[in-house]
Amino acid sequence: MAAPMLRLCCPGRRWALACIDGCSRHRRGAPNGCTSSRKRGQSSVAQQPFITAQKPRKGEHEWAAVVGLEIHAQISSKSKLFSGSQVHFAAPPNSLVSFFDASLPGTLPVLNRRCVEAAVMTGLALNCRINKKSLFDRKHYFYADLPAGYQITQQRLPIAVNGSLVYSFCAGKNRSQVINKTARVKQIQLEQDSGKSLHDDLRSQTLIDLNRAGVGLLEVVLEPDMSCGEEAATAVRELQLILQALGTSQANMADYEIQRQINELENGGEILNETRSFDSKLGCTIPMRDKEGKQDYRFMPEPNLPPLLLYDTESLPAGADPQQVIDIDRIREQLPELPSVTREKLVQQYGMLPEHSFTLLNEVGLLEFFQNVMKETRAEPKKVTSWVLNTLLGFLKQQNLAVSESPVTPSALAELLNLLDRKAISSSAAKQVFEELWRNEGKTPAQIVSEKKLELMQDQEALEQLCHAVMEGHPQVVMDVKKGNPRAINKLIGLVRKATLSRADPTVIKEILEKKLAS
Amino acid sequence: MLGRTLREVSAALKQGHITPTELCQKCLSIIKKTKFLNAYITVSEEVALKQAEESEKRYKKGHSLGDLDGIPIAVKDNFSTSGIETTCASNMLRGYVPPYNATVVQKLLDQGALLMGKTNLDEFAMGALGSDTGGSTRNPAAHCGLVGLKPSYGLVSRHGLIPLVNSMDVPGILTRCVDDAAIVLGVLAGHDPKDSTTIQDPVKPFVLPSLTDVSKLCIGIPKEYLTPELSSEVRSLWSKAANLFESEGAKVIEVSLPHTSYSIVCYHVLCTSEVASNMARFDGLEYGHRCDIDVSTEAMYAATRREGFNDVVRGRILSGNFFLLKENYENYFVKAQKVRRLIANDFVTVFNSGVDVLLTPTTLSEAVPYTEFIKEDNRTRSAQDDIFTQAANMAGLPAVSVPMALSNQGLPIGLQFIGRAFCDQELLTIARWFEKQVQFPVIQLQELMDDCSSVFENEKLASVSLKQ
Repeated sequence: MAAPMLRLCCPGRRWALACIDGCSRHRRGAPNGCTSSRKRGQSSVAQQPFITAQKPRKGEHEWAAVVGLEIHAQISSKSKLFSGSQVHFAAPPNSLVSFFDASLPGTLPVLNRRCVEAAVMTGLALNCRINKKSLFDRKHYFYADLPAGYQITQQRLPIAVNGSLVYSFCAGKNRSQVINKTARVKQIQLEQDSGKSLHDDLRSQTLIDLNRAGVGLLEVVLEPDMSCGEEAATAVRELQLILQALGTSQANMADYEIQRQINELENGGEILNETRSFDSKLGCTIPMRDKEGKQDYRFMPEPNLPPLLLYDTESLPAGADPQQVIDIDRIREQLPELPSVTREKLVQQYGMLPEHSFTLLNEVGLLEFFQNVMKETRAEPKKVTSWVLNTLLGFLKQQNLAVSESPVTPSALAELLNLLDRKAISSSAAKQVFEELWRNEGKTPAQIVSEKKLELMQDQEALEQLCHAVMEGHPQVVMDVKKGNPRAINKLIGLVRKATLSRADPTVIKEILEKKLAS
Repeated sequence: MLGRTLREVSAALKQGHITPTELCQKCLSIIKKTKFLNAYITVSEEVALKQAEESEKRYKKGHSLGDLDGIPIAVKDNFSTSGIETTCASNMLRGYVPPYNATVVQKLLDQGALLMGKTNLDEFAMGALGSDTGGSTRNPAAHCGLVGLKPSYGLVSRHGLIPLVNSMDVPGILTRCVDDAAIVLGVLAGHDPKDSTTIQDPVKPFVLPSLTDVSKLCIGIPKEYLTPELSSEVRSLWSKAANLFESEGAKVIEVSLPHTSYSIVCYHVLCTSEVASNMARFDGLEYGHRCDIDVSTEAMYAATRREGFNDVVRGRILSGNFFLLKENYENYFVKAQKVRRLIANDFVTVFNSGVDVLLTPTTLSEAVPYTEFIKEDNRTRSAQDDIFTQAANMAGLPAVSVPMALSNQGLPIGLQFIGRAFCDQELLTIARWFEKQVQFPVIQLQELMDDCSSVFENEKLASVSLKQ
């Protein structure tokens, strides 16, 4: 069971809406009672005064949404942010809880190096300034899944600030127009995840599982630069791809939330100032906890953690123990390839359309599939692209399967494409073979071709004879062709094909017929 | 035997004059006889005897672990001890048995020390008698004629020490003589990966050189510590000590710590703020006391914390949360931190001017009788008792109280030395010289018990008089 590892928290807090047709009467601002010690983004829309809070009638005005986001991504690490207990999913409840996670008195936090590296990597990938000194704070509130009564986070001075997330929007009629947009990254901070509470209404009790308590989170804060739910979803998707490419987080995205809020607003509903979580079973978000209007978290510096100091090659102290220091420059050098670069390479290397490169990356496992096919086939990249994106993906989507669940392996598809490439079979035959492969009966493409006698006729002379025979047998149609009926020749082609049991290439048939008709 | 120094006892054990088990049993017997004093919350008799047995085996083979092997020790009940109830003298942790040892406890056990039990304290160490956050190792040491050492912050691991104020707490060491304190410090000091606030530098071993010539020393006397509340006896002893150093050739000069008067208030703000934060974990969910109410989580929190904490603790939590509120944070917490920086800088300035150690009183007077003690409220009492000691906690400096003389009432009075950060060895060296000079009459408990056996037998009488 995949646990949701990428959560949009409190997007409602960062919504501000403005009426774009100039009418100021029915302006609705950010939900009431929303206070935070964090400074809001400088969008002029967010700062305009609110006049009334009347609910707009549906469709009366066009709303331009301004969306900012706080995204929490669970860090992929072996152990938790401040303790040595392991990070696993679907482990028995309360089986991954160290003394520190359970807040036993006298236990102290010890910072996990891997989590810091993950934060630095993510900051660099998002063009942030990495703060060489960052601080940890305690954020206090009482909740059953927060054993210490406070969360350790970075409120005063986070690890990375002032970056940008570039994402591409496919617009236009055929979604073939690629527009680049940028959302500013306000900051990235390290913080602890809380445990999980499960409400058992039947027995009026709450069950607490602390397995997740203390797992490292990266909170990425995006400024309100996105102007609609779809943009926000695209931005988040790109962030997810970046995190996956870096290996800093795997992420199950909750893009449901943004669309939900847009729908709600258009229907005149109110957005509660709340945190919602993505329930992967239900496929929708559910309210998590009611954050009261004015929640004072009584932030205080975390006294058990000294300031986090990072270095670069210039500032690295001589003779420093490499185990004890982090060199930002080294991490930068070792950054894996980012999705935007991968896409660009695909376009350059294979000549594919930009929007195809997006699809390849957006579908989990599809790029790898594609590359594996490319390794084993001589077919043209354009052909491979088309088969992978149209045929394979089409079949997968139809049955709601992931790429990893595809009954057709890259090798099988490569073999099929090779047969097609050397014209051993026609493209319609290839489609048939693919369908057979999909049935997953353990046969290879070659076997299927053989069994179903799908080989293209290689014997030119035999084909010519068949054409001749068909022409002889259907003088009327031949007449029609000679009369100038353009569709008549197709009939002839069809007849020849039938005679060949579809084992002849229609293009070749047409050539032969035309030659004969001309003579 | 029980009045001897560590080294003497250790030697006796090595030579077989006494066995660890005998030593252990002697201790246990006195503990039993003095039970009415309520000094121990938990006596770990079985554990101690078992450890004694093992120690004995080692001595027989000639494989003793060191100076602490077979030595009875007691640990204050705010240190986590695996398998032994740890309560912080609070209802909140009644019955709480930790699954791990504090690092300092583990280090002592690894050296073969015998854990006699967990000693009493004010609830969560929030009284004058507490762990060394504001002076409560040095304070009782001064009142009881013992050596009380607060090492430099960052020298000794706090892992497993149930915290009061994380930025000031230090495990404190109480012994009969300075040398013993140095031995124990030698065992305890050093980086602990489990405590990120311990220094990484390797620690030099704590062998105290014999100091005979003090002519190169410069002793500082902070003039702000001469307060009107200081008892005349303590004042006169302080003078006497200064003169002692001077007569032996040391340079004794008056220095100024100008921000001293702000220290107590600043300490109060920072202490209560951290306390409020540290006590947030006591919610009855994971461990410790839980009330019977199960109407809602909030109701459970409220009742559990009301039942689990006494008034002093609750008062401090409320104060601390007040200071941490967004609207107050800058004016109280941040301001106090800034003043703290000034206080720490006062010391830096003084030490940079050539002063080696500061010599101050530890307490305002000798120990006050219980009936007197309870007249003042906790806050006033704490403020008075910590007045000379808490600045060292604020600045993270090492400080030691050394008993000097008995008062006219026959009660011990001690004086305090404050040293440079991480110069604990130098501090103790000077303290040991002083100790040798003053020859304080160490209490002979056995004699006392023999003299007062009637008192000890009549436990009821003694306990009644204590309750008044």
